[in-house]
Amino acid sequence: MRLFADTWRYLTDAASWTGSGGILARLVEQLLLTVTALGLAMAIALPLALWLGHLGRGGFLAINISNVGRAIPTFALLALLVTFEWPGSQTLGPYGRAGLATLIALALFALPPLVTQSYVAMREVPEDAREAADGMGMSGSQKFWRVELPLALPLVMSGVRLALVQVWATATIAALVAGPGLGRLITEGFANDRFSQGIGAAIVVALVALVLELGAAAVQRALDPMRGAGRGRPGDPGAAEERTEAQDPATMSAAASRLP
Amino acid sequence: MTLLPAAAPVAQAAEDGGPSCYSRFVNEWFCLDYVRDRQDQIVEATVEHVVITVSAVLLGLLIAFPLALLARRVRRLESGVVGFSTGLYTVPSLALFPILVPFTGLSALTVVIGLALYCLTILVRALLDGLRAVPDDVRESARGMGYGPTRLLLRVELPLALPVVMGGLRVATVSTVALTTVGTLVSYGGLGDLINHGRQYDFRAELLTAAVLCVVLAVVLDVVIVLTQRVLTPWTRRAASA
Repeated sequence: MRLFADTWRYLTDAASWTGSGGILARLVEQLLLTVTALGLAMAIALPLALWLGHLGRGGFLAINISNVGRAIPTFALLALLVTFEWPGSQTLGPYGRAGLATLIALALFALPPLVTQSYVAMREVPEDAREAADGMGMSGSQKFWRVELPLALPLVMSGVRLALVQVWATATIAALVAGPGLGRLITEGFANDRFSQGIGAAIVVALVALVLELGAAAVQRALDPMRGAGRGRPGDPGAAEERTEAQDPATMSAAASRLP
Repeated sequence: MTLLPAAAPVAQAAEDGGPSCYSRFVNEWFCLDYVRDRQDQIVEATVEHVVITVSAVLLGLLIAFPLALLARRVRRLESGVVGFSTGLYTVPSLALFPILVPFTGLSALTVVIGLALYCLTILVRALLDGLRAVPDDVRESARGMGYGPTRLLLRVELPLALPVVMGGLRVATVSTVALTTVGTLVSYGGLGDLINHGRQYDFRAELLTAAVLCVVLAVVLDVVIVLTQRVLTPWTRRAASA
């Protein structure tokens, strides 16, 4: 296959990595986009979902927002944002052309899964742990910070990890509206019959996704407060299984549907 | 108004005494005239969207089924199968379509295969979870009644796994409807093609109509699956009402 040889040549050629429109510049652009959008989404989603989970209210909303979010194509959202008067396709600092629109679209894309996952994480805190905290005379905020949050943290973190990889992968779509990121190399390559460039950039995106996933998993393991305490939570033999289950998008909704 | 090349049905617009609401100068977001005048185009894009989505989900199901059975039969393969299908999910759609092009060319098949691979993550999980949820004593009684492995699977396990599997199918279908729009990269994106065209030429009515139709389509397909499930699993309703 000549195409694969061409792709290999493109990826190993130093010239395709450097320069203003090179792989490295686009890679940094997309990483910046991903991190900022995820940060924005987390700043909105986590306090809201954890608070709702603490109160045990608004569950219907928290869970269904994820299903609604899934139905809205990010590409359609992005196309609309770019065509609106504001934010339009204006350039935003290091984020490049259509930077603001891309950031908003990506943050909105990450919101629903974060809200749902964090809410579910809070509700999965064993009821007896909550009752024990009440029995010890903890106030609402003490219970939240010392009992619920530490126990919910592993699930919340796996939600963030999932969102990170999904936002990274979705960020390439910005190229469909001539936005920033590695997607630009893909669309440019295909538009100009440089298939090797399109495929090469696609491979880079997929590899970075894999690296992000593995890196995030390592960080998650290192920060897990339950590390070394066995895989399950005390007194909850099913927890270990539930935890691995809840890490992927498919069973997230299955876990959610178990709630009242 | 004849100066406007973009507004094709000029004659019609002239009839009601002004430029059509989707002509270049007016360019409204909501425009029923657009929907009426470009009906054929919209229907065609919607049909393409539905065909791509449904074939992708069905193909995904077709691949996921043997994978799930294999993972269940050979315990050691389970984490491998699940890991593989989850790994596919991390490949961006914009990247997956180009990677498939050398094998399938610029055709609808590229989009269908790509989307089917995305469904795998969800469907393999749902099938495994569903089959695992079948109570052991049910399985044993069926075996005691002389059911062979195939008949056990088809007559007992699959029907009982159906609610969980259908749940996965709903998630997969709704996500696929949204992802199909990205197929516009290889010119087979259904409504995504309209969205892309609308964005490129600042054709607001086209862009918004196609975007809204995407969401409507997702909801409609979701409802269809829920209704199908109700028909296929009458016992779940009876149990709930009892």
